[in-house]
Amino acid sequence: MLGRTASSLFWMSRYQERAHNTARLLDAAWRTAMLPALGTDPAGDWRSVLAGAGCEAAYKDKVGEISQRGVVQFMLFDKTNPSSIHSSLETARNNARSVRTGITSDMWEAINTTWIEFSDVKPQTLSQDRMPEFLAWIGQRAHLFRGALLGTILRDDGYSFSQLGHFVERADHTARVLDTRYWIFLPDTDVGGNAHHHHWTSILRVMSGLRSYRFAFPDSRVKGVNVAEFLILRREMPRSLAHCYDWINGTMADLTAFYGDELPSAAQAAVIHEQLRTGSMRDIFDSGLHEFLTDFTLRNNAFADRLARDYNFA
Amino acid sequence: MAAERVVFNEMLGTDGAVRPAYARLNEWLERQPKGFLTRKNREAETIFRRLGITFAVYGAQEATERLIPFDPIPRILSAGEWRRLSAGIDQRVRALNAFLHDIYHRQEIIRAGRIPADLIMQNAAFLPEMVGFTPARRVYSHIIGTDLVRVGENDFYVLEDNTRTPSGVSYMLENRETMMRMFPDLFQMHRVAPIEHYPELLRQTLESVAPEGAKSDPTICILTPGIYNSAYFEHAFLADQMGVELVEGRDLYVDNGKVWMRTTRKPKQVDVIYRRIDDAFLDPLTFRPESMLGVPGLFDAYRAGTVTICNAPGTGIADDKAIYAYVPDIIEFYTGQKPILNNVPTWNCSRPDDLAYVLDNLADIVVKEVHGSGGYGMLIGPTASKREIAAFREILMSNPTNYIAQPTLALSACPTHVASGVAPRHVDLRPFVLIGDQVRITPGGLTRVALKKGSLVVNSSQGGGTKDTWVLED
Repeated sequence: MLGRTASSLFWMSRYQERAHNTARLLDAAWRTAMLPALGTDPAGDWRSVLAGAGCEAAYKDKVGEISQRGVVQFMLFDKTNPSSIHSSLETARNNARSVRTGITSDMWEAINTTWIEFSDVKPQTLSQDRMPEFLAWIGQRAHLFRGALLGTILRDDGYSFSQLGHFVERADHTARVLDTRYWIFLPDTDVGGNAHHHHWTSILRVMSGLRSYRFAFPDSRVKGVNVAEFLILRREMPRSLAHCYDWINGTMADLTAFYGDELPSAAQAAVIHEQLRTGSMRDIFDSGLHEFLTDFTLRNNAFADRLARDYNFA
Repeated sequence: MAAERVVFNEMLGTDGAVRPAYARLNEWLERQPKGFLTRKNREAETIFRRLGITFAVYGAQEATERLIPFDPIPRILSAGEWRRLSAGIDQRVRALNAFLHDIYHRQEIIRAGRIPADLIMQNAAFLPEMVGFTPARRVYSHIIGTDLVRVGENDFYVLEDNTRTPSGVSYMLENRETMMRMFPDLFQMHRVAPIEHYPELLRQTLESVAPEGAKSDPTICILTPGIYNSAYFEHAFLADQMGVELVEGRDLYVDNGKVWMRTTRKPKQVDVIYRRIDDAFLDPLTFRPESMLGVPGLFDAYRAGTVTICNAPGTGIADDKAIYAYVPDIIEFYTGQKPILNNVPTWNCSRPDDLAYVLDNLADIVVKEVHGSGGYGMLIGPTASKREIAAFREILMSNPTNYIAQPTLALSACPTHVASGVAPRHVDLRPFVLIGDQVRITPGGLTRVALKKGSLVVNSSQGGGTKDTWVLED
C-alpha cells in the first residue's frame, strides 16, 4: 500500500470523527443556551465549544467576541476554519476521493452524499429551530459512514489505518473536552451544586454517555469523580481514553502481524494502553488531573506522529 | 462542402426509412409509455451522482464537480460499419506511431520533403529530449482516442487524433453499465459487442511494453495530477478496474536510476507508468522546474530504459493541429496505402493563402487554436454573432500561426431524449485504441451528443452529453 493511501485513510476517518465531535459540542452548547441562566458566564458554553475543538485563538483572531451566532457560524460553516464541520467534511471527503480505489463504494457513497447534502444547505436559511435537527443529521451521517466502513471494508492494513485515525481523534477529543473544564472534576470542588451538575451532564452529553453513565454507576447520582473515571478509565465506555487505546493497541498488533515486524509506534501505543489499563483515578488526581490530560494529549499526538513516520505517510 | 447542409440521421437515413441497425430500437422506443425515458434519465443521474462519476470544471470555484449529462438512447453502429472504421483507425494509429519514431530518429519524412522541417522542429510539442531514444517495442502512443464525425451513410471524417492523454473511456464503460442495469430487455433484443474487458486489455497493453529485463509480473501504476484534475474520476476508476496503484508525483521517487513507489513498508520498483499528466509536468529536472506534479529524475530513468512511460513524452507532435493536415501524407508515407478514413479539409493559417481564405469566410467555418483543447479558444462561424467574429478576427490576425480552420461539417444526428420527447441531435464518436504488442480497438467508444437543438458543440466542457455506443455483432 502507498504511504499516501495509508495517510488518506487515517485522515479520512479522523476528519469524519472530528465533524461528529464538533456537532455534539455544538448540540450540548445549544441545550445550555435554552436553559435558565445557571449563574455562570452566559458565553461559557459557547466558549467551551471553541476550547473543546481547540479553536479559541483562531476564533478570537477572526471573529472576536464570543457569541452564539459567531460560534455557530465559525464552527459549522466557516470555510477558513480548518476545524469547522464544513472543512472537516470536505477534508474527509477529499481524502476519501484520493483513495477511491482503497475504500468500498458503500463508504464512498456515505461520505460523498453527506458532503453533497451538507454543501446544499445555505447557512442563512438554517433557522434556530432547525439547528438541533441539523446537528443530529450530521451525527446520523457519521454513524452511517462508520457503519459502512465496519460492514464492508476488507480487514487488511487499510482497515487498520482508518481505525487508527478514528480512535486517535476520538481520544484527543475526549481528553481535550475533559481538560477544558478539568477543575469541575477535582474531588475537593465536588460539591454537587446545580452549576457543576449541569457541567457534568453537559460533558456526558457531548460524549453521548449520559444514559450509559447511569448504567455504569447505578448507585450514584452524577458525580464529578465518577464522570472523570467513566471517560478516562472505563473500558466499556466507547469514548473513554481506555477504550480508544484498547482499539489502538489491538490495531497496532494487527498491523505488526500484517507486515511481520514491530515498529516503534506499536511500542508507544502499548505503553499508553498499559498506563490506562492499570491506572487508578486516585493516582491521576494525586499527580494532577490537568497534568494527566495534558500529558495524555501530547503522548497521543506523539503516537500519531510516530505512526506517520513508521508507515511513510505522505 | 458548405452546400451539403443536409444532416444525416443515423436512425432514419436519408429517405426517412429506419436503417436496419436501428430497427429494433425504433420499435422499442415506440412501445415505451410517455415519461418513461424521463424517469430513466433521472434514475441514471442519481446513479452517476452517488458514484461520483463527475468531471471537474476549472475556474468554477463552487460547483467544481459536474455530472456529464447522460442520454439513455444508444447510438448503434452495424458490424460492417465498425469493420471499416476499425480498419481505418488501425491504419492511422500504426502510421502515427511510425511517424513518431521517424521524427525522433532519421526524419525520413522530412528528407523526403513530405512535411516541412520547420513544422516539426519549431513545434512546441516536439521534444528534443526524445531524439535518438526508442521506447519499448517502438511504441510511442499506447492509448489513443480518435475523434470521428459522420456526415453521410459512408462518410466518416477523423476530426482529431488524441495521442497524448485521451480521456472519456470511463464514461464509455459506466454508460454501458448503467444501460445494462436500466434496459436489460433492450440488450436481449440485440447482439451488442461487449466492452467491459477494456481495463483488462489496457493492463495487458501496459504489461506488454514493460522495459526489457523487467520482472515477469511488471508493476504498473497510473500517475495522476490529483483530485482536482478534471479527469480524476477516470484515473481512479481505471486504477481500480486494473487493480494497480493510483499514484501522485510525490508517491514516486528516483533512486539509483530506477523509479520507486513509497509504500507503507519497503519501496517498490515501478516498471510502467500510465501517466495522466502532461509532458511539461513530468519531471521538474528536465522540464518545468516549478512543477510539483511530476517526479524529479523520472526522465533520466526513462531514457536509461528502467521504466516505460505511457504515452511516451513528445507524442503530442502527432496530434498537433498543425500536423493534422499532413496525416493523410503520413499514412501514405509509412504504410504505402491510401488512408481509409478521411481528414477534414483544413486551412493552415500560417500559410498566407489559407489565411486570406479564412479571413474572408469566418462566418462559415470553424477556427481552432493549434494547441487548444476542450472547446476553448475556438470560433464556430455559423453560430457566432457579428461582434464575436470581429473580435476573433483581431485575435487571429495578431497570431495566425496559432490557428487552423475547417469547414463546418453537417454532423450526423442520432435520436436523443429531450424535453419534448425524442429528437435528433448531433453526435461525434471517440473510439479508444490500445497499442502494445498488438493493436486493440474496443468496439464502440464514447459518443458525445450536443443536447441543444441545432448545436454542433458536443464537448463536455461546453455542456454536451454522452450516450452509450453499440456495435452490433453479425
